[in-house]
Amino acid sequence: MADTPKPEETAKIDHSPPLMKGWMDTPVEIKPGIFCYGGKPKNLEAVDMPYPKDWSPADDDWQLPDDWKEIIDEGINDRLGKFRSLKLFMDICVRCGACADKCHFFIGSGDPKNMPVLRAELIRSVYRKKHTVGGKLFGKFAGARELDEGVLKEWWYYLYQCTECRRCSLYCPYGIDTAEITIFGRELTNLLGLNTDWIAAPVANCNRTGNHLGIQPHAYKDMLDFFTDEIEDVTGLRMDPDYNRKGAEILFVTPSGDVFADPGTYTAMGYLMLFYYLKSMGLDITWSTYASEGGNFGYFTSHEMAKRLNAKMYAEAERLGVKWILGGECGHMWRVVNQYMDTFNGPADFLEEPVSPITGTRFENAKTTKMVHIVEFTADLIKNNKLKLDKSRNDHLKVTFHDSCNPARGMGFLEEPRYVIKNVCNNFYEMPPNTIREQTFCCGSGAGLNAGENMELRMRGGLPRANAVKYVHEKFGVNMLACICAIDRAVFPELMDYWVPEVDVTGIHELVANALVFEGEKKRTTDLRAEPLPGMEDEEDV
Amino acid sequence: MNFIVSILFSGIAVSILVLIPLIGVGALDLRVFFGIVVPYAAMAVFFIGIVVRVLGWARSPVPFRIPTTAGQEWSFPWIKSNPIDNPKGMGGVIVRMIFEVLLFRSLFRNTRLEYKRVDGSPRINYEWEKWLWLAALAFHYAFLVIFLRHFRFFVEPIPGFVHLLEKLDGFLQMGAVPLAGLGTPGVYITDMLLLAGLTYLFVRRLYISQIRYISLPADYFPLFLLLGLGLTGVLMRYFIRVDITAVKELTVGLFKFSPTAPEGIGVIFYIHLFMLSALIAYFPFSKLMHFAGVFLSPTRNLANNNRFVRHVNPWNYPVKFHTYAAYEDEFRDRMIEAGLPVEKGAEPTADTSEKE
Repeated sequence: MADTPKPEETAKIDHSPPLMKGWMDTPVEIKPGIFCYGGKPKNLEAVDMPYPKDWSPADDDWQLPDDWKEIIDEGINDRLGKFRSLKLFMDICVRCGACADKCHFFIGSGDPKNMPVLRAELIRSVYRKKHTVGGKLFGKFAGARELDEGVLKEWWYYLYQCTECRRCSLYCPYGIDTAEITIFGRELTNLLGLNTDWIAAPVANCNRTGNHLGIQPHAYKDMLDFFTDEIEDVTGLRMDPDYNRKGAEILFVTPSGDVFADPGTYTAMGYLMLFYYLKSMGLDITWSTYASEGGNFGYFTSHEMAKRLNAKMYAEAERLGVKWILGGECGHMWRVVNQYMDTFNGPADFLEEPVSPITGTRFENAKTTKMVHIVEFTADLIKNNKLKLDKSRNDHLKVTFHDSCNPARGMGFLEEPRYVIKNVCNNFYEMPPNTIREQTFCCGSGAGLNAGENMELRMRGGLPRANAVKYVHEKFGVNMLACICAIDRAVFPELMDYWVPEVDVTGIHELVANALVFEGEKKRTTDLRAEPLPGMEDEEDV
Repeated sequence: MNFIVSILFSGIAVSILVLIPLIGVGALDLRVFFGIVVPYAAMAVFFIGIVVRVLGWARSPVPFRIPTTAGQEWSFPWIKSNPIDNPKGMGGVIVRMIFEVLLFRSLFRNTRLEYKRVDGSPRINYEWEKWLWLAALAFHYAFLVIFLRHFRFFVEPIPGFVHLLEKLDGFLQMGAVPLAGLGTPGVYITDMLLLAGLTYLFVRRLYISQIRYISLPADYFPLFLLLGLGLTGVLMRYFIRVDITAVKELTVGLFKFSPTAPEGIGVIFYIHLFMLSALIAYFPFSKLMHFAGVFLSPTRNLANNNRFVRHVNPWNYPVKFHTYAAYEDEFRDRMIEAGLPVEKGAEPTADTSEKE
């Protein structure tokens, strides 16, 4: 693993590309700290992916099959016939450059091939050579080039430096979406067994154990039992969740990252507490160990793999006989649920249109998918005065909210989280307008890039977000970054440490649970992190 | 290849396109070829090319509904949604597309990165930047108006809207040279806007280092071609007069499909016409197809309603996934030990492989 440079070093970024040397004449240099390790053969074999091998992106020889060019050609042809988006996005870019300085990886690295337009041109150039008259006739002069190993490596290197956050697509006058290009590009690399292990391993795990982290059913239950103990320490109440229970009304699916690592664990505790709170009011909900993953690293592999992993949610809902599904706070999970799930694996006729058992609200916007976001579920509870909340328990926090890219630009889930935060916290401050809502910046580690070996890339990609946090940290004293994405929760602590020390990270339901006033609970002297609540410490000593 | 090579290549290509009619008509007097054959051929390529291209795009399905959402989705009645930037149905999509196509809505969002370091730590700002949007809008609308004004040459009698446009377009009543009069007609605003817009679009490709880096000959070539087209038009209108009656005889003839190539039209007209022919023949093979493509873009022309209106993928196929039964078979003992419910009880059973 490469040493991550110090922030002062990383900050020396030159955004001016070379003057005289064109990008096609600049071969790729695969740098440690930027790339993720290659997918291990066992993880590819586990889900029948082709050409498993022991390899490293730093190797000269990528052990490509002899007919690799034909495989890529066929792969491109096949996808051009299946996806209008791909065909169109190969043809209509005018290189106006509106996207160029919108990408967090370009802003943080200055590497010109991280400009979204150029990331796409890496593939377009090969497409032109095979599929356009100009490319066939004029070659380089028409922006066309032959596919060779150098080009393939360049593809790989930059396709796995894109987090599919779609910020560029917002500014594109034709809606060209680099996420689409990256998804296709990664599908092509997967035809040759060239995934990263940080994606391949979660996929293999999710397939077998039901979640990315490979937590087996008994261990999953252990984790939640542990949270139950923790919650008991704070509240004096025992939550007792149940698992895989047939006949429950609602199935709860959330990213497993929150079951495993701080600070996501506090969000998971928040879910447990909310469900317990609502139990006496009629909430009948179960967790599943089989469908114990809301996230979908298959989506970072291929459409097919995304569908395979996603299929488990409906399958488990059907097996348990629930009426609808409640989904936890997660970014790409909600892109998949919102824009793909019903198309992939629906129609979910065995489920019913979701209705909140507490408020009677019919979630009409989830009529066919039958899956409700927990933040909208909670927003509805608050709106209907079903929760007793003591906002002052979050008074030690000055909170800002990071719109995760997928719920923002793949859903438009902007107000619900803000509504919930404002109802459970007194101190809420927005980051500058160009960095939130639909213009939000990615955490820099999404789409399977949240590994350890590419830390420099992550710190660079996260710079624009961190810079906006720093602004509110300095201006308002913000000390808590709230988000609704498990990858965010997993990666922001390191990013904050690096660029804006003294800012912590939380999910929204941790804030909710802090504020939630239970009947019969003991006087709270700490928050869920067992950190003392200001003004409450003394009373404990009495 | 760097920007100098790109510009030289495009510049030479456009120069050749000027020389061909200059020699062809100026020296060889091939009026029929350049006045009739080339324009018809170019038009045929244009129309057939566009149809083939658009049908090619349309042949590929849209398996997933993937709009880029640029505002609040439709959810609860008490949350204000943004029905245009995040449309819930066809109506919203139509408005969104109108904004996109007529006003370049997405480009209007553009900002410019301002990266500084203060005491070693980064300061990032996103500055106001509407020039690209403005120049693009100016160029496209000027082009449209100029095209419509050209109906003066296409049909006889001249349609009423042409007179109206000419009046509006020339309202400055300004001469093309400082000393008013001198026999030059009043200036059209759109002529200036077109040339100014194109010049800006060219200059920014050179001036902004990132845009310079991504620009291909395919970006400079159409710019030069359009500039050439505009300049020859301007020259003809204001400075090098041609026999308008003869021009009109030719152009009206083309549109009536009874073409003639009268004598006495200046060669500058043929250069103008040839550049236009080159442009429209090049059109279907180039990035200029964005004008049609934008209508088909799935991130813009679809509603964000996937959770309540089912979208069907025409090539959807069943996939193999790891079933609960297979999962329970692997973990049954541990599940039982942990007190988790199981379907089958303790004894292991066979036949629980993957499901289709």
